Amino acid sequence: MKALTLRNLSKTYKGGVTALRQVNLDVEQGDFFGLLGPNGAGKSTIIGIVSSLVTRSGGDVRVMGYDLDTQPWEAKGLLGLVPQEFNFNHFETVEQVVLNQAGYYGMPRRQARERLERFLRELSLWEKRRAVSRTLSGGMKRRLMIARALIHGPRLLILDEPTAGVDIEVRRSMWQFLRKINQDDGVTIILTTHYLEEAESLCRNIAIIDEGRIIENTDTQSLLDRLSAQAFILDTAAPMTAAPALEGFRVEQLSAKQLEVEVRKEQTLSALFAALQRVGIEVTSMKNKSNRLEELFIRLVEQNDGIDPGP
Amino acid sequence: MYWRRTLIALATIAGKETHRYLRIWIQTLVPPAITMALYFVIFGNLIGPRIGPMEGYSYIDFIVPGIIMMAVITNAYTNVVSSFFGAKFQRHIEEIMVSPTPNAVILLGYVAGGVGRGLLIGLIVTIVSLLFTRLQIHSIPVTISVVFLTSVLFSLGGFINGVFARKFDDISIVPTFILTPLTYLGGVFYSVSMLPDFWRGVSLLNPILYMVDAFRYGILGTSDINIWLAYVLILGFIALLGGFSLWLLERGIGLRG
Ligand SMILES: Nc1ncnc2c1ncn2[C@@H]1O[C@H](COP(=O)(O)OP(=O)(O)OP(=O)(O)O)[C@@H](O)[C@H]1O
Ligand SMILES: [Mg+2]
Repeated sequence: MKALTLRNLSKTYKGGVTALRQVNLDVEQGDFFGLLGPNGAGKSTIIGIVSSLVTRSGGDVRVMGYDLDTQPWEAKGLLGLVPQEFNFNHFETVEQVVLNQAGYYGMPRRQARERLERFLRELSLWEKRRAVSRTLSGGMKRRLMIARALIHGPRLLILDEPTAGVDIEVRRSMWQFLRKINQDDGVTIILTTHYLEEAESLCRNIAIIDEGRIIENTDTQSLLDRLSAQAFILDTAAPMTAAPALEGFRVEQLSAKQLEVEVRKEQTLSALFAALQRVGIEVTSMKNKSNRLEELFIRLVEQNDGIDPGP
Repeated sequence: MYWRRTLIALATIAGKETHRYLRIWIQTLVPPAITMALYFVIFGNLIGPRIGPMEGYSYIDFIVPGIIMMAVITNAYTNVVSSFFGAKFQRHIEEIMVSPTPNAVILLGYVAGGVGRGLLIGLIVTIVSLLFTRLQIHSIPVTISVVFLTSVLFSLGGFINGVFARKFDDISIVPTFILTPLTYLGGVFYSVSMLPDFWRGVSLLNPILYMVDAFRYGILGTSDINIWLAYVLILGFIALLGGFSLWLLERGIGLRG
């Protein structure tokens, strides 16, 4: 059984923006899953649909095997949400916000108070429990939403840019907290972020979404490998009958006098040319091949630069 | 298990709603007490004696039930419309929407807030009226049931208004242009039996008239209309607006994009 299953999810907003096109996604139980994509890619729309805040135009959602349409009571009870925008009552205290949330899930007050103390302490909000939520700093408000999302003991926690606008120190302590929730409590976590470093450090698997489509879905390591590799197109002086074997490099023949070669991060161009020389291939020109993934990440990183220079 | 959890959710929403209007009591509880006291002073004490008896009662005794009812209606309505719209505006309605709370419980919770405030205001205005006249109650069951059902009805009205409201202006349109005129014309200050036939007929199309009149019957024991008709009308409207509210919630109208 998966923690989350999306099948053919589609969404067209009133006004005609198509935010999602046939999205399919599976997230395993216990996973720490990253959903990455540039602004407007559709991340929050997916999360909105899963958490019943947005109606979908088509498709199915299952949370821990429960269908959101036919078994909403179970599906909603197992889900915790930390939304992108602050959405608590600004006039209530930290304690009231979290205890009321427990109440909506039918948790008795006494049990809710015990859990409240645990999460507020772990998120360094205990001293602020009587503070009116409007008076909290941005980072505290984010942590309040995390405590609120966990109070009823969800098995799947979804966080939409939980560390946006949070300083590096607090961000790192939030990472530590989330890792602990994932490892010790076995809560499956899905998070969206614009910080590559965050995804890299936290997530075991990553899906990339752009213009409402999932364009990559793989484990973090292979994604990073692919990102750091560069592809080059080489024009050769003489025609070749087959792709030459270049030690350590992935080579593909595009035409009689054209090759595509992948150079990974730890490899050098000098090594490539040495290998070419060994097999007697003369190169007349060379150009960098752009890849979609890389372009996307450049966009991601640029946006991210605009917000925060990063550590 | 299911019922226990559902009850906790209901108590949470109702408690939160009650807490809200109590927290801002200067905005919610004091103004109606002052306004209604002014009505009693001006119409009851100053002008009332010159108007003379109405249906056999002194003018102030005649208007007290209507004024209490007017306060109950506006406050039950305003409470739910402002609270629900505020929850949409600040987006904390999403806290409830992500939870498994059934729609009927959400509706009941908000209505409980409106009814609570309506009845509390009703009580306050009643106490204020005792400064100006001695009140005897003809029938406690009728008085209580009419004021209770009326506050349920107008809480539902406020809820529907809150669902459709998109900006702050939208929450005051109905109270200003519909509720207040209908209440004034609903026989709060006069007996419809005084009106010429035509206007009397028109007045009888006004549902608020039946509620004011039934409530006045509960207190004074006199009525222009058949109070059973008032009950049928109120219960019918409650069923209609309640069903419509649930349908709106089910469809996510005004809530889910
Ligand atoms: N309520 C709405 N009404 C109309 N269009 C919307 C609405 N919400 C989102 N959209 C549109 O849907 C598309 C996807 O938006 P979404 O918020 O899902 O993106 P995102 O990936 O979360 O972006 P970001 O990284 O900026 O948060 C965008 O084109 C956006 O303008
Ligand atoms: Mg978003």
